[in-house]
Amino acid sequence: MFRNVTNVGFTVLAVVGAIVLMEVLLYLFLHKTLKFRKALPIVLIAPAVIGIAVLILYPIVYTFVLSFSNMNLSNLRVSSGLSHSIGQFFTNIANIFTVPILKQQYFFPILLRTMLWTAIQVTFHVSIGFFMAVLLNRPMRLRGLYRALLLFPWAVPQVIAVLAFRGEFNYEYGYINTILGYFDIEKIRWLTDGVWNFIAVNITNIWLGVPFMAIILLGGLQSINPTFYDAAEIDGVSKFQRLTNVTIPLMKPVMVPAIILGVVWTFNNFNVPYLLNQNELETTDILVTALFRAAFLEFRIGFASALALIIFLILLSISLILLKVTKPDIQFQSEKKRLKEGETL
Amino acid sequence: MTIRQFFFSRRGDSPFKRILIHAVLICMCIITVYPVLRIASVSIRPSNRLLSTDMAIIPEDATLNNYVSMLVERDFLQWLSNSLLLTISTSLIGVSIAASSAYAISRWYFPGRKLMIITLLATQMIPGAMLLLPLYIIATRAGLINTWHGTIFAYSVTAVPFSIWILKGYYDTIPRELEQAGLVDGLNRFQVFYRVILPLSAPALAIALLFNFTQIWNDFLLARIFLQSPSMITWPLGLARLQEQFQTQWGLFAAGAMMVSVPVMALFLFSARWLITGLTLGSVKG
Repeated sequence: MFRNVTNVGFTVLAVVGAIVLMEVLLYLFLHKTLKFRKALPIVLIAPAVIGIAVLILYPIVYTFVLSFSNMNLSNLRVSSGLSHSIGQFFTNIANIFTVPILKQQYFFPILLRTMLWTAIQVTFHVSIGFFMAVLLNRPMRLRGLYRALLLFPWAVPQVIAVLAFRGEFNYEYGYINTILGYFDIEKIRWLTDGVWNFIAVNITNIWLGVPFMAIILLGGLQSINPTFYDAAEIDGVSKFQRLTNVTIPLMKPVMVPAIILGVVWTFNNFNVPYLLNQNELETTDILVTALFRAAFLEFRIGFASALALIIFLILLSISLILLKVTKPDIQFQSEKKRLKEGETL
Repeated sequence: MTIRQFFFSRRGDSPFKRILIHAVLICMCIITVYPVLRIASVSIRPSNRLLSTDMAIIPEDATLNNYVSMLVERDFLQWLSNSLLLTISTSLIGVSIAASSAYAISRWYFPGRKLMIITLLATQMIPGAMLLLPLYIIATRAGLINTWHGTIFAYSVTAVPFSIWILKGYYDTIPRELEQAGLVDGLNRFQVFYRVILPLSAPALAIALLFNFTQIWNDFLLARIFLQSPSMITWPLGLARLQEQFQTQWGLFAAGAMMVSVPVMALFLFSARWLITGLTLGSVKG
């Protein structure tokens, strides 16, 4: 244990030292040698740019390179038969749609399941979360206590919550089947039956995700100016109209980013479907877990990289459609003006 | 206070409606809290009654044996110290990188600024599982798998885009007059940054630090790939391995889970209101 402390300590010192050295050298070079006026911002931003380039952009580019290869466990190096070609790229892409991604499952059923999973999760998160937020927004006794208790699932580390649920979905001893037993319902094979396992994954993620959505929406509800409701009351609208014509339109700036983020996070959720699926049932896999299995359990690297590109394209198109429909304004122009003015300082 | 006053005060709602609302909220609270209490209860059961279907929260013969054997016989302390070391060091590095970059983005216009902002947003949409495979191959070829420097480098950058986003939003609200005053007083631009701006941004820095901390502390995916030797694994990997063997280790898992999550939950619930304002501060302003 002690050795680890010194190892990590030295590594951290080395990393920090390298960053500082790089910063100083870069500043001296830009400022003294090139007489560059904006040396400071470039120096300040350099570590993040380098880090993101090495850790995020380079791997993305490398995914492209890998998708042109036939790399798998038996040919990891050029000497053992690794080759890159355009033909191989098209073979990899074609394989995604014609060869099982895992042992039995093909691409389209998994895609369909991922869409279903995302739709179910976001619908439940937003609807239950909104309901919870409306209840918590009423003036009443014990509100602080309710809010703290309802936030519990958000505060539990995700890995622990999923592993605990996996234990509780146990056929013989888990309390979920025990409770069903009280109602004379037959025990359910949560961990071995494909359909029920998918339902179990959904239940777990609803439990995990609703409180966060509720608290975000509660923040939005509390920022609505009460005069809107007074005006609605004077106009004599019904409670339902008040919800659809006042609350929901005013909540849009909070709801839209929350829904977009919810869609992306759910689509990319790895921990819940992977960890809850103890018996590696292929019928529970969504795209990201299938990608992980193809890559790290079967080591079909060329194939998995092509699959990663396809998943990225799907996600990109979903995000673009959502952005197009909702149009959040990113004010680049006004910001540019503000910054230009500020620079005279 | 009588029961009557307790339920029947404020607003003009009918008593029936008010009771109904309380009942619904209580049901929801049971659903959210019971699974957590259940783990607490399993963790204090003696090992011969681990697999009973008893629903009581506090078992009759409660014992702390699971905690003791987790701490003494297992490598739990090792996992915990690995996690702590990695999390503290990399979240500090991550926040320092983000703090300086966010300042540059907030205060200067430079070529590539728009591209940088779009890249920061786009990185939030890339599946972690997608980056993992190329990272793994790059790291293997560079000999970085199963080493501290590879892991520290990878963790330091993971939460940087999101932290930059939060911090930029906060810096934007700090008036420029303060910086001008600093310059008039004879500080240079860099001194203005760390003697005027950074102290003023303490709340946002704390939020960014907390986000970095929780993301790295709870990470399973990256650790699963980067850390393989048993002396280097972090607690999520260790607990996942324990939980593989359900029959024998359930009590130990529960004890470990309690020890890991109680401090984190306390931190989260304590800072909840604060965290959420920080989150919306970054995203809504976007």
